[in-house]
Amino acid sequence: MMKFAVLVFPGSNCDVDMYHAIKDELGEEVEYVWHDATDLSEYDAILIPGGFSYGDYLRCGAMASQSNVMQAVKKAAEEGKPILGVCNGFQILTEAGLLPGALLRNKNLKFICRTVPLKVENNQTLFTNQYDEGQIINIPIAHGEGNYFCDEETLKKLKENNQIVFTYAGDNPNGSLENIAGIVNERGNVLGMMPHPERAVDALLGSADGLALFKSIVKQWRESHV
Amino acid sequence: MMKKVKIYVTLRESVLDPQGSAVKGSLANMGYKEVEDVRIGKYLELLISDTDRDIDTLVKEMCEKLLANTVIEDYRFEVEEAH
Repeated sequence: MMKFAVLVFPGSNCDVDMYHAIKDELGEEVEYVWHDATDLSEYDAILIPGGFSYGDYLRCGAMASQSNVMQAVKKAAEEGKPILGVCNGFQILTEAGLLPGALLRNKNLKFICRTVPLKVENNQTLFTNQYDEGQIINIPIAHGEGNYFCDEETLKKLKENNQIVFTYAGDNPNGSLENIAGIVNERGNVLGMMPHPERAVDALLGSADGLALFKSIVKQWRESHV
Repeated sequence: MMKKVKIYVTLRESVLDPQGSAVKGSLANMGYKEVEDVRIGKYLELLISDTDRDIDTLVKEMCEKLLANTVIEDYRFEVEEAH
């Protein structure tokens, strides 16, 4: 059985959805881990949920990125473990320097909460191997600061290394560069995305398109742990 | 002697500031048509007790690590004697 950690910061609010997705929909082991933990060695994958860690004070994700547990996340990332940051989790990963770029205020200054179509740009990652290349999936977004930004040089690298994993397939909701919705690091084991796959794991929720992302992680893990 | 540090964090020139643009729109609407641009930043004040460390190095370190995100922001600061 694969063991997931769901990190919890003061102000996280998608942790329960993430836990539910793993435990009830995916059927794998999962535990909550508080932000002052220093050791993540017992977990096979780390999930950083959405919310408003530290009330979004200073900058979204800034203070969470300096917490104890993020040192352990950096270590896990170096070991090649899968690390997924969703929404505020994506912001925390960029603030921690585990992913390039930054998430700015939405271009229209509004908090946007709706389901949007995403295009799977790269299905060769450990997070997307259960999708087809170019597949359109419906996943909810809920954020005020999801406007992905990076400098030209970084963008060039993202493209060259196929690090852009998801883009907005319809209207760009937040003004992000090149319609970027999610990126991986160069090694491919750290994914940050604004849309919430954990909110799309059952048809009852309106979409089950997010489940394949978690199934991809498990598939990759099983194949490398036979 | 305690020191007061005044830190100014501003968005880099290459980064769009939708908040600033909205404020510029409001000002224009109020009749201040001469306003060409508005950029919104942050101002922080730190009170720092006596330390052996070089205060400029200390503040720079805090800015780089937490107070500013140098991917999108620039910062500058002034150090004063605190009263």
